[in-house]
Amino acid sequence: MRTTFIKTLMELAETDSRIWLMTGDLGYSVLEPFAARFPERYINAGVAEQNMTGMAAGIAASGGIVFTYSIANFPVARALEQIRNDVCYHNLSVKVVAVGGGLAYGAQGYSHHAVEDLAFTRVLPNMTVVAPGDPYETSALTKALVATPGPAYLRLGKAGEALVHSAELDIKIGQSITVRDGDDCTIFSTGGVLTEAVRAHALLAGEGINARVISMPTVQPLDSLAVVEAALRGPIVTIEEHGVGGLASAIGDALIDAGAPVHMKAIRLPQTPLSCAGSQEWLRAQYGVTAEAVVHAVHSLLAVPLIQ
Amino acid sequence: MTSRELAQMIRADALRMTAATKASHIASCLSIADILAVLYSNVLQFRANEPKWPARDRLVVSKGHAAAIVYAVLARKGFFRVEELSTYTHDGSIFTGHVSHHVPGVEFSTGSLGHGLPVGTGMALAAQRMSTGHRTFVLLSDGELDEGSNWEAILFAGHHKLRDLTAIVDANGIQSFGTVSEVLELEPLPDKFRNFGWLVREIDGHDHAALRTALEPTPVNETRPVLVLARTVKGAGVSFMENELRWHYRSANPQELQDALAEVGAPS
Repeated sequence: MRTTFIKTLMELAETDSRIWLMTGDLGYSVLEPFAARFPERYINAGVAEQNMTGMAAGIAASGGIVFTYSIANFPVARALEQIRNDVCYHNLSVKVVAVGGGLAYGAQGYSHHAVEDLAFTRVLPNMTVVAPGDPYETSALTKALVATPGPAYLRLGKAGEALVHSAELDIKIGQSITVRDGDDCTIFSTGGVLTEAVRAHALLAGEGINARVISMPTVQPLDSLAVVEAALRGPIVTIEEHGVGGLASAIGDALIDAGAPVHMKAIRLPQTPLSCAGSQEWLRAQYGVTAEAVVHAVHSLLAVPLIQ
Repeated sequence: MTSRELAQMIRADALRMTAATKASHIASCLSIADILAVLYSNVLQFRANEPKWPARDRLVVSKGHAAAIVYAVLARKGFFRVEELSTYTHDGSIFTGHVSHHVPGVEFSTGSLGHGLPVGTGMALAAQRMSTGHRTFVLLSDGELDEGSNWEAILFAGHHKLRDLTAIVDANGIQSFGTVSEVLELEPLPDKFRNFGWLVREIDGHDHAALRTALEPTPVNETRPVLVLARTVKGAGVSFMENELRWHYRSANPQELQDALAEVGAPS
């Protein structure tokens, strides 16, 4: 995803001189082409995320569209008040980009587990929060972020993610994508764990259960219409590489606001820090963010229908 | 109107505004009265009837709690009607207790300390790279320099030679819980900035001639950003408020207001 991101950003920057890229001294072997092509719009702020984000607000207030780039929690949690006050309150076009969202840096330990970032960002004013599910979503949403004025958070995986979609997408911010169709239940997924949602679809299909899979690359503003429609059709299972406060919470909020039935289970990480090392796959399995967990949740929801 | 007359006028405005609403921070306002008066009389390029004029100089007031006197100087310079100051902190007013960008002429909202200098640094970098020609000023307090975010910006601005960035530190020597030297010693402050690659101009922050000189652009061969280290007196201009910590919090009662207004030469 990070490769797709930088490639797309460079294409956009060729024709849009408002685009700047700042890094908190990370992105070795990724950002160099941008730095070489657009030196006047590239800044390595050093290992100083608060200043990077405040400066990005200052540049955006001068007409720029500024992407701030770092890994995991660093561009978000370290600079959260700058994002809140300087960027969001002033509704400035600063797009915070984190590489290694979720457990992509699983073996590196808790400091590098970005598992509360969606919760931190989705509650902020004027904020758009995007977690693409595959490289096609990354490319489409990077373009959409530039086309949409105002603050944003873009949560990326790392490199080498599988393609889930079969072709380039033309999607807007706030638009969900139906990846697989089915009438028995709906699986909502955000971010790179979309592959598990698709695998759950296949497992369920093997049992004769037709699950719809909807990718929700935009967590804020949420595609509430898709959520409410799914709730009226049947049970919902969500999956995300995140703890409480992310996609499931956003969907829950949308259902409550709409007065829709909440017949739903959330597949997500525990709030307790994951204190051991592990690959992304191992940690997903260990903490139950898997296709199998989705299948189990679907079984339990279908076994106990919602009391109408 | 001279800058001295403006300074006394906005001191009186801020005294009335904070007394009327029993707001804190009058002493923090008084210590920057002269700095603001000189900036708006002699230094800043601005158009009061066009606050977003692209070529304007940028002033970010990072010590956002001194909002009353910032609003006062903007009113006196014609950004909006002086009468509107009477709504300061009232229900539904845009004049919040910390500076708000919803007020015409306020460049950036602040209130949490340590935000203004990074933002101003970004504005200065954008101006440098886009060759826009305008200058960027950030007015911050000395106590605020406890915030590490400032030192990230100071490091950056020095390294990148942001010559059109001027930080003005209102060094009144008092912060929320005591003197700066008691809470967290900043001195030798000029040396700290010099070591980070800044040109330091240390002056009496109530001397208008000195302020005018210190706020002049640097010679063309000078590449360093500028610190105007303005040594000030917290509560300056009202004898019984000067250097008294409690006036960081208190507002004047009717008798104190009358006495204070008399000291700044304003009708009560």
